[in-house]
Amino acid sequence: MNRQWQIFLAFFRIGIFGFGGGPSMIPLFHKEVVERYQWMDDSEFSDVLAIGNTLPGPIATKMAGYIGYRVGGIGGCCNAVVANIVPSIIAMVLLLTVLSEHKDQAWVQGMGLGVLPVVVVMMGKLTWDFFDKSFISFGALGTTVIALISFAAIVLLGLHPGFLIVSLLVIALLRKEQSSRDKLLAQEQSLTKKPVKGQQ
Amino acid sequence: MIDTYWQLFLAFFIPNIIGYGGGPAIIPLIEAEVVGHYGWLNIQQFSETLALGNALPSPIATKMAGHIGYSVAGIPGAIIAVFATVAPSLLLMILLLALLYRLRDSIKVKSMTLLVRPVIAVMMAILTWKFLLSSYTQSGWMHSALLIGAAYLLLERLKIHPALVISGALMYGGLFLG
Repeated sequence: MNRQWQIFLAFFRIGIFGFGGGPSMIPLFHKEVVERYQWMDDSEFSDVLAIGNTLPGPIATKMAGYIGYRVGGIGGCCNAVVANIVPSIIAMVLLLTVLSEHKDQAWVQGMGLGVLPVVVVMMGKLTWDFFDKSFISFGALGTTVIALISFAAIVLLGLHPGFLIVSLLVIALLRKEQSSRDKLLAQEQSLTKKPVKGQQ
Repeated sequence: MIDTYWQLFLAFFIPNIIGYGGGPAIIPLIEAEVVGHYGWLNIQQFSETLALGNALPSPIATKMAGHIGYSVAGIPGAIIAVFATVAPSLLLMILLLALLYRLRDSIKVKSMTLLVRPVIAVMMAILTWKFLLSSYTQSGWMHSALLIGAAYLLLERLKIHPALVISGALMYGGLFLG
């Protein structure tokens, strides 16, 4: 009981103090899980993070769910996820419900228009970050080629982006099976623990 | 009703099972389903959801799922959309932990993220463009340019908290764009 209460408190705090989406909440997870409750040490925590990143989907809920599971079983898993995400979902639904009840009022419509440019800036920043990260880790050529193909497929051909992404995931999976050079590279990388800069 | 529930499940399951790069990467994929495919929201309603989502703490993907699910099909809708967002990748993580542990430094897995990232970046660029166009056609270029300039300055240069900037924009809109 006491342990479940700790799990609830830890992930509740992470949920209500973590602004800026899941990835920016990782330091808060570290603070609660490694520093405050010492459920894991540093190296296990970074393993969990790396494992979470091998899968798609939001990172925060994978971290919360897995750590909750490790510390308190299936109950702990549900407890952690609920504590992490439900308070802000309720706040969100309440806020937007109040707004939509008054949506015929001119000033409420004005509020919607007022935040639109802010969303342009935030989305623009995310776009920039993703291109920037891609240029650094994947190179300018690869990024440009895939970006152009994506643009053509999504905008000109109207293809569902899912097809494109699944095809690329399959290419990534097949690529490794053929190449033993990559395996060596991976071993070397994990032995030296140095990130290979500008790798293709 | 069952059809709607199933559609809600798919609309959030698909983005979350192919979206590499954490919650923010999933935003344009959700837009493709919710605005593009099912037409539950228009682009401006989607941007309001995103703005309020950014003004509140905790992961962005679950807040969007909760709210969109709720507005499409009430509380069961919210639960289905959030479940489709959270459960699949979390279950995979718990069930396949030993396998994933061995893969965590694998080049194969890293190259999955690498190959998908430019696609997400392009989708984000398209979404930014749609928001810009929607703002321009509804509020005119003067208000749009002023707010974009102010938001950039406050968020990126002065590092003001997004919740404050969004509250300010709501007030500006309520006073001058209503």
